[in-house]
Amino acid sequence: MSVEISPMILSVFVPLFGAIAAFVLPRAAALIGFATLVLTSGAVAWLARDVLAAGAVGLPLGGWGAPLGIDLRADGLSVAMLALTSVVGFLVSIAALDSLKGPEQARQRQYFWPLWLLLLTGMNGVYLSTDIFNLYVMIEVIALAAVGLTVLSGSRAALQAGLDYMYASIFGALLFLMGVGFVYLQLGRLDFAGLTGAAPTGALIAALALIFVGLALKTALFPLHFWLPAAHANATAPASALLSGLVVKAALYVVLRLAQYMPFPSENLLTLVGLMGAGAVIWGGVQALRAERLKLLVAWSTVAQIGLIFVAFARAGEVGLSESWKAAALLILAHGIAKAAMFLAAGRIKDEIGHDVIRDLDRTPIRPTLAQFTFALAAISLIGLPPSLGFIGKWSLMEGAMAAGYWHWVGVTMAGTLLSVAYFSRVFAGFLRFDRVRAPVGEHQGWALADAAPLTLALMAIGLGLLAAPVLSFIEIGYPFGVAP
Amino acid sequence: MMDAPLLPLFILLTSLLAAPILFALPERAARLRTAINLGMAALKVALVGWLSIKVSQGVIYDLRFEMLPGLEFKLQADPLAILFIALSAVLWLITTIYSVGYLEHGPHRARFFGFFSLCVAATVGIALSGNLFTFLLFYELLTLATYPLVIHRGTAEALRAGRIYLIYTLAGGLVLLLGTLGLWVLAGTTDFVPGGVLADVVAENRLAAQLLFVVLIGALGVKAALVPFHRWLPIAMVAPAPVSALLHAVAVVKAGAFGIMRVVYEVFGIETAQTLGMTAPLAALAGVTIIYGSIRAITQDDIKKRLAYSTVSQVSYITLGVALASPIAAVGALAHLIHQGLMKITMFMAAGNLAEGLGVKRVSQMDGVGRAMPGTMLAFTLAALGMIGLPPLAGFVSKWYLAQGGLQADQVWVIALLLGSSLLNAIYFLPMLHRAWFRDAAPEGTGAPGRPRIGWMLAAPPVTTAVLVLVAGSFANAPFSPLEWTRFIVAIEYQE
Repeated sequence: MSVEISPMILSVFVPLFGAIAAFVLPRAAALIGFATLVLTSGAVAWLARDVLAAGAVGLPLGGWGAPLGIDLRADGLSVAMLALTSVVGFLVSIAALDSLKGPEQARQRQYFWPLWLLLLTGMNGVYLSTDIFNLYVMIEVIALAAVGLTVLSGSRAALQAGLDYMYASIFGALLFLMGVGFVYLQLGRLDFAGLTGAAPTGALIAALALIFVGLALKTALFPLHFWLPAAHANATAPASALLSGLVVKAALYVVLRLAQYMPFPSENLLTLVGLMGAGAVIWGGVQALRAERLKLLVAWSTVAQIGLIFVAFARAGEVGLSESWKAAALLILAHGIAKAAMFLAAGRIKDEIGHDVIRDLDRTPIRPTLAQFTFALAAISLIGLPPSLGFIGKWSLMEGAMAAGYWHWVGVTMAGTLLSVAYFSRVFAGFLRFDRVRAPVGEHQGWALADAAPLTLALMAIGLGLLAAPVLSFIEIGYPFGVAP
Repeated sequence: MMDAPLLPLFILLTSLLAAPILFALPERAARLRTAINLGMAALKVALVGWLSIKVSQGVIYDLRFEMLPGLEFKLQADPLAILFIALSAVLWLITTIYSVGYLEHGPHRARFFGFFSLCVAATVGIALSGNLFTFLLFYELLTLATYPLVIHRGTAEALRAGRIYLIYTLAGGLVLLLGTLGLWVLAGTTDFVPGGVLADVVAENRLAAQLLFVVLIGALGVKAALVPFHRWLPIAMVAPAPVSALLHAVAVVKAGAFGIMRVVYEVFGIETAQTLGMTAPLAALAGVTIIYGSIRAITQDDIKKRLAYSTVSQVSYITLGVALASPIAAVGALAHLIHQGLMKITMFMAAGNLAEGLGVKRVSQMDGVGRAMPGTMLAFTLAALGMIGLPPLAGFVSKWYLAQGGLQADQVWVIALLLGSSLLNAIYFLPMLHRAWFRDAAPEGTGAPGRPRIGWMLAAPPVTTAVLVLVAGSFANAPFSPLEWTRFIVAIEYQE
């Protein structure tokens, strides 16, 4: 049997071998890391070309195919997520080169690359999987690497947060696995296609509910968000960017992916999901208003924005379900890019002025203006101001809710927007106030090449809004949202 | 030769592309910065001149691309757009000169001029927007670009003002988003079309259309400083003088007033708006704002605050003229968009000169300033008399048409309102002029002995705009005067 080289196989196995190589050869870890990223991105680009040319592509592994074997499949949504991971990952890696360059960070440097490449393996695996057991395995790989990245800085706070994260993650995985088991008992198969058309018996719904709760725990949906703020705030900046920008998106993607194969639960359950999202929007926003440190504020804003994505799932009820998934997909992409930019910028600010206490941001004559500017651009997308991708996502969300007459979701979105303006403007005030410093403030202080990566990400978050139509039509290749026109 | 169909885009890019360059310039590169600023501003005036000639010849510019299925980013150069864009291009050039002089040794000039450019880009975008969706994009950009200008000084007071400004304008922007979405869901388009796009919807769903009108006008009313959404405007006076000048004359309040025009004329259509019974309440609200702003202005001792309340009042003339639903009043409203801009920018630049040259910031300190700074005060006087409505100054022309429009629409109260407002204007402006020209400076002297030294970059701009106030009023019937162009627009909007 000849082994066919497929970009799908490459995009999972190249990072896996890269992770092993970076672990074995720590001195060359950065070099291996970048080589791996370039190769993986190349594979994703190749896959994107295939998908553009031929629509969704599938690949049976080991020659058996579903329902027994492992299948890989890529459609527009998968490739969009893979591309998000590649692009954000690449730019975060560039930023990591700078922020982990100090001699006291040798250990961090040593472990960053293998962990990150392992994470990449898991995420690419999730985006290409077609059965729920495979998903489970890949999610575990992600969890392992993500907890490692959380504790990378080695501080006491990070270790504590990492421990909480690990508990949450293990418990979530356990629920997910139980759900997978019940699905198998019910249906006798685990591939996505087997889920379609299955009779929505009580037992099957319960199994899917377990899976959903497990995923909600991993993506930190309110009220299961308790682990996220500390974990994301205390990690080292590039790790925070990966965790907040990319890792939570994997679980969100699984929710989105399973949603199209699952029997429609019921209007009430959907509303419940929306309500949890609304709770996150409000609670995350209020906590961000009260946060004393910049990175903690950014982490709480992740809780709020994840909530908004769940509101998008529920925004129009059953009627506009596939449109709702599209809105959610846009918000996922927007948040991934903008949040990575924001965490990197926050890290840069902390590096330049030596702390990230919001109240004292204006007490220093050092103003890393480029990083501050980047932070503001990312905030524009996260708040959802035009023309950013976040704006387009929010527009789609509100449009559907309004057309369906679901004014409560419109109200939640508007409240979330106002809250995000309120908590981000706390930060801007710190950037722009000058009467509490005695020393002269230079305009271009604290500019560094390290600002390039977050700035690029932030500009992408803004600019992609103008390209939303082609982005959306790409995501829809292979009809990941169920409805063929 | 430049590709003509892209002309509106080039006009937008002159200031949009200048912004990142200005941000990146080092603080000390003052000459280069000034060269870029003035070069771009002059280029824009030239391009706008060319564009207006083309549009008057009947050339239609229409640039669009899809941002979401069916939803387009659309730039369109129609006569109404030209009116606003010409105002912003000319006044940007003048204000840029003034700002360079004003901030000569100040801090953060790179940041200032970067955002200044963005602010003008947003104004141009607002003018050229071919649909409400595009308008919304630039409307929000305008908020974001002006915020750093308002808090430029970086003091606690400035930041407090900035916070209030941001809360008002972003909340207004959010409501505008809601209204834009509502229009999109109701009508399936957000295009600006003379005569409106909602005629069919109104027949089926009157209440929804009425609500939409309230939401859209309310949202735009925040920037247009309609009572009760006006509070941010006097507070935003902590901004440096050129910023206040720009905010009041061209950018923010005008964006709101211009938006109200677009919504009434080209989203609803004047007839539909009348059918909905919405024009009369709007006219009443504008009337209340006119009187309220004037009354509040009387008691302000801070010069800039007095001018700010005067803006609250004067900008509502535009809304009034739109809401009266008479073509003649519409001429007055549109002409006032330009005339108020010219007069107000003159006054703010003059006020800035008083503060810079003499340290005079309050009305009670104005004794004898006319002798110390005759050029500046002459400009101020012309603008103030114009505001009061003295012929042949620009303000007279707008008030004349508004009053005639009131008669045409059978709304006689408008005459009383305009007379009352003029009286109030006189009550708060004439004492300033009296102090400046007819009283002697206080003994211990607010003014330094001899002539204060302000450079030509501060002295010339208000004089220039004051001359324009005189010209726009005296030669109102000349071809290419604001008034003539206005008649051209009204013929389109009223589909005559």
